[in-house]
Amino acid sequence: MSEENSAPTAEETMTIAAAREVRDRQVLLVGVGPPNAAANLARRLHAPDCVLVYESGAIEAKPVRLPLSIGDDDLAETAAELVSVPEMFNYWVGAGRIDVGFLGAAQIDRFANINTTVIGPYQDPKVRLPGAGGAPEIAAASREVVVIVRQSKRSFVERLDFVTSIGHGDGRGTREKLNFSGAGPTVVITDLGVLRPSAEDRELELVAIHPGVEVEQVREATGWPLRVREDVQTTDPPTERELETLREMRAAVRSAA
Amino acid sequence: MTRSTQLSLAEAIATHVHDGDLVALEGFTHLIPFAAGNEIIRQGRRDLTVVRMTPDLVYDQLIGMGCVKRMIFSYGGNPGVGSLHRMRDAVENDWPAPLELVEHSHAGLANAYVAGASRLPFGVLKGYAGTDLEERGQQSGAIAFVECPFTGQRLSAVRAINPDVTVIHAQQADRDGNVMLWGLTGVQKEAVLAAERAIVTVEEIVDELEPRPHAVVLPAWVVTAVAHVPNGAWPSYAHDYSKRDNRFYAAWDEIARDRERFRAWMEEHVLAATGEVAAVGGEA
Repeated sequence: MSEENSAPTAEETMTIAAAREVRDRQVLLVGVGPPNAAANLARRLHAPDCVLVYESGAIEAKPVRLPLSIGDDDLAETAAELVSVPEMFNYWVGAGRIDVGFLGAAQIDRFANINTTVIGPYQDPKVRLPGAGGAPEIAAASREVVVIVRQSKRSFVERLDFVTSIGHGDGRGTREKLNFSGAGPTVVITDLGVLRPSAEDRELELVAIHPGVEVEQVREATGWPLRVREDVQTTDPPTERELETLREMRAAVRSAA
Repeated sequence: MTRSTQLSLAEAIATHVHDGDLVALEGFTHLIPFAAGNEIIRQGRRDLTVVRMTPDLVYDQLIGMGCVKRMIFSYGGNPGVGSLHRMRDAVENDWPAPLELVEHSHAGLANAYVAGASRLPFGVLKGYAGTDLEERGQQSGAIAFVECPFTGQRLSAVRAINPDVTVIHAQQADRDGNVMLWGLTGVQKEAVLAAERAIVTVEEIVDELEPRPHAVVLPAWVVTAVAHVPNGAWPSYAHDYSKRDNRFYAAWDEIARDRERFRAWMEEHVLAATGEVAAVGGEA
């Protein structure tokens, strides 16, 4: 069976679920990987007037094809404004002008704190990861943060090997204490389901599972006793239009590469 | 007024980049000075402290060839592809030599350059609070905390970065050595103004620089040397001159994954190549 007609992969379901979080006219800070695909998908579907900001300096970029890197020339060509990197982080990100920041994670904990630095001890790491990039400031200052991460016992851990970016710290009140202007992670989207911080203490709760996934499967892929909301929902399956658009975007990148 | 000097790339690196220097090769995902990085490798520089927001393939190459002792950075990945395998091998296995890391967030390192360009001892920002970057940065002497004298707010301070030499790639220079770059201009202005010496490789030498939207102009008197190196940013790109070679960025993942294959690639494409891409006569 060709990819055009095949069932959505777990990764596609995750990307589409993330795209659905975007509302029209929101200002999005977009990084490489799944966030880039999700934001551009939202822009092609239900949020045509969402504003894409890339940390490389492109404000209101309108890329024709899905960019491979955040520095693609298409972004500079189509942006309403180009700014330097210090300006981007001081005047735009740090000042809190971003509505939704998308972040990935190598490890995430129950309060949606994020590690993208090392697996293992810092001085003698098992895996050296790329590091912080723009994430700490995006996590601190964006009005909301959407985290997109594959869920497994390796990524959903009891204790992070390194705290690169703060989600909800030790729980409710941490962000206020640290003087962060944004609300922090409001949703964590995985290949298995959707988690949101609880109102009372900000610990992540499973609020939805993707079609075909069992709650037990999600518990098994979580490195702490997972809280499951009583009224746990099932995500609407990707529509034909969502899936086709995502696949078209990706095919265009592959043929251009 | 001192004018910058046009030199060949080999002369510029030989004269201005020394063993043990603090060297910045800047260019945020665009205009990355690859040709200059390769010339540093060919000339066998050692014990460098290199600084760059996104080490990218250019520092993966320098690290794998044993030029680097210490690296100051904020994101060490192959954008859109994955790991920098030479950087990882150096950190995880000390090959070909141990690599000491000083790490920032983008905001932290950008502000360290701003402070350097302003000749202030530190930059200030809101980030780092509550993270392990704070603790690591305090140990390495890169990050500290200050209290705002006006509001009492606790803020992060980052130590200024003042490279011995900054190298960038730009689209154009004129015959007097004034430089113009446009498109995504990253942190190059700050990195040049923070440095003791600045080398700029350019796509083209023109009679006159035409004003353009979003362009950064660096007057000749803040540039130490200009070298004419067409395509000097490959596999990165120069807006209006070339396209980013995404295919090579993807191919690098396989090349750099294996030590032998990496060395063989560098032998063939860097060490055996000449740096004299297109030397322009000197005008001191």
